[in-house]
Amino acid sequence: METTGLFYIPFILKNCLLLYPTETVAQQMSQKVLLTSKEINIILHRLACQLLENHLDFSNTALIGIQPRGVYLAERLAKILREDYKVKNIELGFLDITFYRDDFGRGEKTLKANTTKIDFLVEDKNVVIIDDVLYTGRSIRAALTAIQSFGRPSDIELLTLIDRRFSRHLPIQPNYRGRQVDAINEEKVKVMWQENDGKDIVYLVSK
Amino acid sequence: MSELSVDHLLGIKYLDKKDIALIFETADHFKEVINRSIKKVPTLRDTTIANIFFENSTRTRLSFELAEKRLSADVVNFSASQSSVKKGETLIDTVNNILSMKVDMVVMRHPNPGAGIFLSKHVDASIINAGDGAHEHPTQALLDSYSIREKLGDIRGKNVVIVGDILHSRVALSNIFALKLQGANVKVCGPKTLIPKHIESLGVKVETNLRKALEWCDVANMLRVQNERMDISYFPSTREYTQQFGVNKQLLNSLDKQIVIMHPGPINRGVEITSDVADSDQSIILEQVENGVAIRMAVMYLLAAKK
Repeated sequence: METTGLFYIPFILKNCLLLYPTETVAQQMSQKVLLTSKEINIILHRLACQLLENHLDFSNTALIGIQPRGVYLAERLAKILREDYKVKNIELGFLDITFYRDDFGRGEKTLKANTTKIDFLVEDKNVVIIDDVLYTGRSIRAALTAIQSFGRPSDIELLTLIDRRFSRHLPIQPNYRGRQVDAINEEKVKVMWQENDGKDIVYLVSK
Repeated sequence: MSELSVDHLLGIKYLDKKDIALIFETADHFKEVINRSIKKVPTLRDTTIANIFFENSTRTRLSFELAEKRLSADVVNFSASQSSVKKGETLIDTVNNILSMKVDMVVMRHPNPGAGIFLSKHVDASIINAGDGAHEHPTQALLDSYSIREKLGDIRGKNVVIVGDILHSRVALSNIFALKLQGANVKVCGPKTLIPKHIESLGVKVETNLRKALEWCDVANMLRVQNERMDISYFPSTREYTQQFGVNKQLLNSLDKQIVIMHPGPINRGVEITSDVADSDQSIILEQVENGVAIRMAVMYLLAAKK
């Protein structure tokens, strides 16, 4: 039985690729679509509803997008909450974690900073940290330290679009997740956004 | 690119345009950090920095020390007056002794031009020149340009006049390099005795009439008369200097435009600049001091990242 199963794996993978049309983007054999634009849209609405369920009118909630790529997700969720669910006065901030990372001077490249824009205090607020991909958890560790510079939140939750669940270096788990992915370390999850990349799509890229 | 082209900050002369743009961009982020209620980031928590000052300083030293502390670096301070330098120790020996205590970066001010360059060739640490004689004072020039950029939006095409003691000023030389690199037009103005010969070869023009210089410029950077460096008399009296090259409110008001007034400090009030000018809303002297911390944080961050 097992031998037969293994034999069929390449065949199944090939079929999967055929099943997912990648539209105009040049198809590379090493690139697989994880989420299409339509799926992303459904997931965003679901995540917005889950946030609503726990935060109701958002009167004491702050959404914090992690720079650079979590910002698009945070903005998109805020837009859905505002327009489709008529939530008023959503507090939205962008947090750059460059100066809080634990790999300074250990990586090959200098880390380039991005803008932090949080023009409110998070003191006693319910903070939702928002990022596109949760991988090792180190970015979120840095974000947890960084957010303390803006006050002492009442509680902090984590929302991610993609959760690479078996790759964690730290005991960090999301409260809200878009899609769980079992990717190996050699693979990379690439999230593209309409605002920046021309279309919403999530790829799994093998190096 | 997100990396400096140099391993040490010895002078503006060794930087290129991209380096300056990168330092400014990084400083923007640090300026946001130092305006938070909690002004500290943990970035350089495993870096030790020695501030070695062979010459007096309050502002620069304080600014460097604050920048280091806001980056969470460990700081050791050293001033020549209370040290073994007085017992005849050489510069390399002094610094190597400090480095053997595991120091990663050295901020040095020294009365001899080129001291930082010399040191960078002999010791294994990033060197930041905090002023070497009458040669360069790169972080001051960076914060001056950064302050102009913040006030006027851009440096390219702006007219900047540097007024005063150009001959003894490291601030002037570093500023000339930095401003020319970023596309500003630069004039120097002062008594002929205090303007070095051949300064035109740096691409600046000399103007000995202060009123004409101010009418031409967008920004006037007023330098201090460095009496302590003057071994001979360069002008008849301080009073005469003030009459010819001092800026007062009356003179500023008689111009047909609002120019920006800068001063690297310390100010000799009533000599190169009167109190009402120094404290007016045309002056960005205190903004310069604030920006100094952000610029120094950016420089140390970028140099530490290269190690």
